[in-house]
Amino acid sequence: MTGQQMTGAEALVESLKHAGAEVVFGLPGGAILPTYDPLMDAVGLRHILVRHEQGAGHAASGYAHATGKVGVCLATSGPGATNLITAIADAQMDSIPLVAITGQVASTFIGTDAFQEADIVGMTMPVTKHNFLVTDAADVPKVIKQAFHIASTGRPGAVLVDVTKDAQMGMTEFAWPQTLDLPGYRPDPRPHNKQIREAASLLMAAERPVFLLGGGVIRGGASQEVTELIDVSGAPFATTLMGRGALPDSHPSHLGMPGMHGSVSAVSALQRSDVLVAIGARFDDRVTGVLESFAPNAKIVHADIDPAEISKNRTADVPIVGQAGDVATALSAELRERIAAGDTREYESWWHTLNMLRQKYPLGWTATEDGFTAPQKVISRIGEISGPESIYVAGVGQHQMWSAQFIEYENPCTWINSGGLGTMGYAVPAAMGAKVGQPDRAVWCIDGDGCFQMTNQELATCVINNIPIKVAVINNSSLGMVRQWQNLFYNQRYSNTDLNTGHGTSRVPDFVKLAEAYGCVGLRCERDEDIDATIAQAMEINDRPVVVDFTVSADAMVWPMVPTGVSNDEIQIAQGMSPEWERDI
Amino acid sequence: MNTTEYVMSPNTQTLSVLVENKPGVLTRVSALFARRGYNISSLAVGPTEHPEISRITVIIDVDQRSLEQITKQLNKLVNVLKIVQLDPRQTVQRELILIKVSADNTSRTSVLEIVQMFRAKVVDAAADAVTIEATGTQDKLAALLGMLEEFGIREIVKSGEVAIGRGGRAITDRSLLS
Repeated sequence: MTGQQMTGAEALVESLKHAGAEVVFGLPGGAILPTYDPLMDAVGLRHILVRHEQGAGHAASGYAHATGKVGVCLATSGPGATNLITAIADAQMDSIPLVAITGQVASTFIGTDAFQEADIVGMTMPVTKHNFLVTDAADVPKVIKQAFHIASTGRPGAVLVDVTKDAQMGMTEFAWPQTLDLPGYRPDPRPHNKQIREAASLLMAAERPVFLLGGGVIRGGASQEVTELIDVSGAPFATTLMGRGALPDSHPSHLGMPGMHGSVSAVSALQRSDVLVAIGARFDDRVTGVLESFAPNAKIVHADIDPAEISKNRTADVPIVGQAGDVATALSAELRERIAAGDTREYESWWHTLNMLRQKYPLGWTATEDGFTAPQKVISRIGEISGPESIYVAGVGQHQMWSAQFIEYENPCTWINSGGLGTMGYAVPAAMGAKVGQPDRAVWCIDGDGCFQMTNQELATCVINNIPIKVAVINNSSLGMVRQWQNLFYNQRYSNTDLNTGHGTSRVPDFVKLAEAYGCVGLRCERDEDIDATIAQAMEINDRPVVVDFTVSADAMVWPMVPTGVSNDEIQIAQGMSPEWERDI
Repeated sequence: MNTTEYVMSPNTQTLSVLVENKPGVLTRVSALFARRGYNISSLAVGPTEHPEISRITVIIDVDQRSLEQITKQLNKLVNVLKIVQLDPRQTVQRELILIKVSADNTSRTSVLEIVQMFRAKVVDAAADAVTIEATGTQDKLAALLGMLEEFGIREIVKSGEVAIGRGGRAITDRSLLS
């Protein structure tokens, strides 16, 4: 193709192929029409027509989550582009490599409030890693190469490329650039030996060390290196919401998830630690609770690819800038040397405390008082029956927390959710993208009845394109997490959280009928004794999507919980119940 | 902003931000300050001796910790090439001001005396006013404004501060672009 005369639109399609894209999720419109024409004949580049641009964005993100490759979405100008913004912001917050391509009105119309004109570059500046406006066909290959490079290297993120209609229609001589020409972009810092040695010294002297592993371990593909580090160190570790699956849950040193809905052992280990080593985690407020009281006696070693994360929230005693894998390898080697030279570490009493907490306060749930199915049980059984080779995708809310708590993750990239932005409606399109990227794995979309109603139109995309995802609607007939807060903090005044989809309601909509209307299989499960059989039935349907309406109790709550505005020491294992610290430790 | 008072805060920091001379870069820089919740006291931008590089001089009032954070965030902008925090003791820092002040037959002589005293100059005159151009540090310009206030200041415009390190070394270098 090099040296050939072609339109900017053809160059765009050619560039996407050169950049390694295999799938594009999108929806055409006026300003992107020139690109959709050559896209129709593109060999090796599959386009999946979504029903809403937000779905294209989340699908690209789910695809990237599940494969580690760059996800690509495509939309027209104006509303097409603005519909992508939520998905772009979502991917950026969770460091997902995403390239969003939008059509723009012709450069001569820019600034005139032309039909379907929106300043999408201006709008997405704060929610992208970088973005571009292309007004000349000749710039297309260079910008696409740069966009993929920026999205996928360093700390991954979202990049938007806005291409004017005249740039798509103009002629250019195609050449895939050999160089990048990004003088201000230096994405690959190496960890300093001095910092590695200091971290090792802290760990060798620690009595109560703990590792906090975040999404950076998964994005950096560093599971193996970090496992080795954990094993060499002998210290316990917690995996954050974004880091679930970074290391196997079955690893004996794993304490669970920290944070607002973390396990007692993980939360307590962080609070009581004297050395806390964070790798690829960003001390998010949902992890730390009130920052001033978080891990008050811990020296912090903070390793991250993004220097701006270090000491942003919690000041680091030992900052290490680098790839998770490089840091883990260097620190393992240093620790091994120190241990060989003489090991005085004594973690026995620390492990004794943690094991006691694990034993005494395991994750669990109580039977519901209304006799309806406990949602935790449904989610737990899906995980057990479908197994650790499946991919689980959640929306945002109670079902998300339960999916993080009660499914055992043994592999990286098998747990996909919207962590940072907390985007309701993420799951259906993201599961669709994950299934496209990993067609041989079972992909479960575990969704809430609120979330599901935001983006279920992509079931049409799934049916038409033969993307057989399995959707478990954890239907508590309400915006469950909001309802939980109203229950706990707003005197049970349930303002605008009832969705009328569950037991004893008018069931609007009826999720089974909705599924059937889309050409999916629709199932309903309302009793405990039917859970396993229903899941098994769903597991057997692989020629089309399945939607299971698991009608569950509306009163189930997510525990443990650290209420907002208080220290993590105030963790409650159930309503009004705190662990008995004084006696226990 | 009070026109006559300028108090140099102990937290006032001067950053020279070298950026690629491309459309939208100034927006990215200023938007980043807004998005991360930092106020800019002064901002001046212009080309450097290399046409591909622009230089933004930003004056901000932040503590050391915030300065470190904002510097790291700025460094993440793809078009930012280099950031230098200028040490006020080792820096020449100047601002240009244009002042339109009331001056008629009775007051003009007094106004001109002040202009001379501050080594400023008159760049325009009318029957009832003169326009004065002055360059200097924030302190000097504040003093000048203070002296002129009694005559009636009608309009002022400031360039924003620019700053350059003392001595022979340059922070701009073409190698930044490779």
